Amino acid sequence: MLMLECPCCGVKGEETEFTPGGEAHLKRHGPGAPDDDFEGYLFRRKNPAGVHFERWRHANGCGKWFHVARCTVTLEVFGTYPAQTTSPPADILRRIRKKRPDWEGWR
Amino acid sequence: MTGTNRIPGGLIDRDKPLGFTFNGRAFQGFAGDTLASALIANGQRLIGRSFKYHRPRGIFTAGPEEPNALVELRTGASQEPNTRATTTELFEGLNARSQNHRGSLKYDIMAVNDLFARFLSAGFYYKTFMWPKSFWERVYEPIIRASAGLGRLSMQADPDHYDKGFLHCDVLIIGAGPAGLQAALSAGRAGVRVILADEDFRMGGRLNAERCEVAGTGGATWAAAAVAELESMGNVRLMTRTTVYGVFDHGIYGALERNTDHLPDAAGAPRQTLWRIYAGRSVLATGATERSVAFGNNDRPGVMLAGAVRAYVNRYGATPGRRVAVFTNNDDGWRTARDLRAHGIEIAAVIDSRTDTAPNPFPEVKTLFGEAVAETCGRGGLREIITTGGKRISADCLAVSGGWTPNLHLTCHLGGKPVWRDDLAAFVPGNALPPGMRVAGAAAGQMTLARCLQEGDAAGRAVAEDLGRAAPAANVPKATDEPAGITALWQVKGARGRCWVDLQNDVTTKDITLSHREGFRSVEHLKRYTTLGMATDQGKTSNLPGLALMAEASGKTIPETGTTTFRPPYVPVAIGAFGAGAKGAGFKPVRLTPSHEWARDRGAVFTEAGQWLRAQWYPQPGETDWRTSANREAQTTRNAVGICDVTTLGKIDIKGRDAAAFLNLVYTNGFAKLPVGKVRYGLMLREDGIVYDDGTTSRLGENHFVMTTTTANAGLVYQRLEFARQCLAAHLDVHLISVTDGWAQFAVAGPESRALLQKIVDAGHDISNAAFPYMACGEMTVCGGIRARLFRISFSGELAYEIAVPARYGDSMIRALIAAGEPFGVAPYGTEALGIMRIEKGHPVAAELTGQTTARMLGMARMVSDKKDCIGNVLSRRPEMTAPGQPRLMGFRPVDRAQMLTAGAHFIARGAEAVTENDQGWMTSVAWSPALGHSVGLGFIARGEDRIGEVVRAWDGLRKTDIEVEIVSAHFVDPEGERLRA
Repeated sequence: MLMLECPCCGVKGEETEFTPGGEAHLKRHGPGAPDDDFEGYLFRRKNPAGVHFERWRHANGCGKWFHVARCTVTLEVFGTYPAQTTSPPADILRRIRKKRPDWEGWR
Repeated sequence: MTGTNRIPGGLIDRDKPLGFTFNGRAFQGFAGDTLASALIANGQRLIGRSFKYHRPRGIFTAGPEEPNALVELRTGASQEPNTRATTTELFEGLNARSQNHRGSLKYDIMAVNDLFARFLSAGFYYKTFMWPKSFWERVYEPIIRASAGLGRLSMQADPDHYDKGFLHCDVLIIGAGPAGLQAALSAGRAGVRVILADEDFRMGGRLNAERCEVAGTGGATWAAAAVAELESMGNVRLMTRTTVYGVFDHGIYGALERNTDHLPDAAGAPRQTLWRIYAGRSVLATGATERSVAFGNNDRPGVMLAGAVRAYVNRYGATPGRRVAVFTNNDDGWRTARDLRAHGIEIAAVIDSRTDTAPNPFPEVKTLFGEAVAETCGRGGLREIITTGGKRISADCLAVSGGWTPNLHLTCHLGGKPVWRDDLAAFVPGNALPPGMRVAGAAAGQMTLARCLQEGDAAGRAVAEDLGRAAPAANVPKATDEPAGITALWQVKGARGRCWVDLQNDVTTKDITLSHREGFRSVEHLKRYTTLGMATDQGKTSNLPGLALMAEASGKTIPETGTTTFRPPYVPVAIGAFGAGAKGAGFKPVRLTPSHEWARDRGAVFTEAGQWLRAQWYPQPGETDWRTSANREAQTTRNAVGICDVTTLGKIDIKGRDAAAFLNLVYTNGFAKLPVGKVRYGLMLREDGIVYDDGTTSRLGENHFVMTTTTANAGLVYQRLEFARQCLAAHLDVHLISVTDGWAQFAVAGPESRALLQKIVDAGHDISNAAFPYMACGEMTVCGGIRARLFRISFSGELAYEIAVPARYGDSMIRALIAAGEPFGVAPYGTEALGIMRIEKGHPVAAELTGQTTARMLGMARMVSDKKDCIGNVLSRRPEMTAPGQPRLMGFRPVDRAQMLTAGAHFIARGAEAVTENDQGWMTSVAWSPALGHSVGLGFIARGEDRIGEVVRAWDGLRKTDIEVEIVSAHFVDPEGERLRA
């Protein structure tokens, strides 16, 4: 069981209220992009045992997609933030680093 | 028969006698009894037969840890096997039967197994049933299956219903013994929202089972007062008969409440409720479970845990024996002797394996220090014990205490590891507790009443402080700190005969040494090889002794040997409870189309399409099979007019200044230049270039589109579009909403469809071919002012429209359409006729859009615009997907027109062998075409576009058919599209 707080509507719900959408911060590539970019966009995933940034959708709620920083091992959630960002907010990164001093960083 | 072993006192209500039967024999107990205590009160010692050796077994414990006394409860479909008699609350008319014997319980013919015990040791089946190999399925497995297991299932559907519920609180207190009650009092008095859950029907835990004093009064009396005070608090919820069976992430707990298991008749109430409790914090006050010692024939009926003997005597007013011997390695065992003495029950002897123990408090009782029980004797039940010193002591009950094991299971559910404490000879919870959990009392290794109360109070106040409430001052009722010393003893040196470790699975000390000798030394291997700790009790009394014996055998310490991993559920939970509400119609919601009632009254046969029920065909008098009805419906549509409810197609309303730009991103073909009032077919790809979905999109206004999706993908496409809108193109001004249920939509198809609709559409809306041509759309009114949308699109290939009205008018609309169509000979058609006509027309559906299909395979490569970016555009041009020789969607007709095609057949060249290397493609959809009078099929075949007229074989290995077919255009009917433009 996972409890998440939707950053859009502020509701705290459990995972059955949300739909997972895989890794966050993947940059979409279009015409003209080299094959390597498409490989990274479509196939390369971090899949870490640890801190992970993910897309979730408040499917049975406000319908908004958002991002979650959580640990895939302990399920600890470090924070949620809007999907319209290209990198995790600084306060969430600080929070993670405080709890996980050995964390390698998000990129 | 009543109460040969009843003694005065206890917490039973002697004014409320309850009749029950065990193995058909009538007994009487009282309200407040469990089945076990009532059987003990009636002198019934033999309760069941053991799993493997069919040894006679009696009641061993007084709680959920019971390994022996499992019974079949109730009758008929409600029959429930493997129910623990020790937790079954007695009710009037209860019907219980013993398990696992052939013949009577007393003379079980399977007891012959016991004579062959030396051949049935751990792992015997791995060694014995090896050869001949062919015997496994025919001989060994049937025999093993027939002999295995304990109780029998009723083999009928569970007649009970179950419920699910959700609860929220500040703190969940698990267990209402002294620590839990005190924690609830301290937290509750501070105003904290408390849930206190206890598996028993009476709160108090060991306070109800012990003779002890709290705050100057009896323990049970104090517990009752505490419960009364908690009940008076508005912020405290008390849940009896509720077992917290699992800890889950983020402060979520699973609990099972047994609502009606203690009632003769549930009277329609749900039998059990599965609660999901959202509690940021919890206090685990689950106490401890006593364990036995391994000595010879320690499984004989009459051998019972010492704490259980006290529970029966003190709480239930039932004595397990008239002459009781006590065997202990710790101070707690002496309390049993003390309590029995207080009840005037004869004590045969107290045997304490320790030599350095406190002086004997009961000079008149025979005591043996530094000795142990070597063996027990007695056929069918205990009669005599023999000590290691060779003394024979006659007794009908032996109370054994090997020490107490903290109930720390729930601390391990999130991966916590217990730590060993030598002074307790037990594991206690480690530091890595589930977040928000505190452990108090015996569960934390505090084995005295005074310490339990103190810890409970501290835990309750700490929760209040966490929540920022003014914590009350420490207020711990007075209780004595009774001695709780122990010297570990796992197995008796010099024991004679077999010594049981796990009573439920018939695991003896020999099995454990055998397991060690044969290399199964890790605890996980030990468990699987010997079955130690499996089944309903999950080794609550046997895990630690088994572990200790493995440690002894391997010369390691217990913590070096390890612990088993505890996982939810803590006690067995019925699958019915987990699936509460999801039975029958509750398994999956059913969505009904607006014309459902009308269609049902018309005798329609329905089919499931996702969650929807759709009319499959409408049989008319005299029509006996679906094909006749569907062919008539298709023909009526092609020759006159037919009507089909297509509400189930997904509908997404798209609005905004950038709506057209957004459609350009999600569809392969362009929509920016689509004029207002026009419809366009759109193809949607996945980012990897494979076709995802298709449908039509209509432009109702400059910034307003309505998209349709396939029925099955409606929800998924909407989710994908939301992703594209929010994450890929957040800069676009566009908004989406699913309106699938908002509009009732009907296809009106056939040459007379315009004439029909002209009777429906309000005057002033011109829908003539000139004003409203093929692929036109518009908003208008129907039936005298009802808002409607009309689309001139065709799935059947005929002149056709789809008309949409707000869903609340759907029922009226179908009736109005049918009435208006009477003069034209209108027929409603179902999904079968729909399928026939789309195959005749060559339209792809899910059978063709399989998640492996490219636009090129559908002959739609040109629809993927190279002038714009869209999802999947780039990768749809991968060399692998554009290489020559790709399969192409084509039509197929049998050379011999009388033959019937089959979907799933593979295309093989004439004269070629039907092997994978020669496979050229496959048939995806087939129908018998009423328009053409023969079977037609759609399918993918390599280079199909260049092979029209060629004959290949449609080979079907499943249905054993091999038919010559001719490759033709997929558009069997009206390939030029003249009809739909008429």
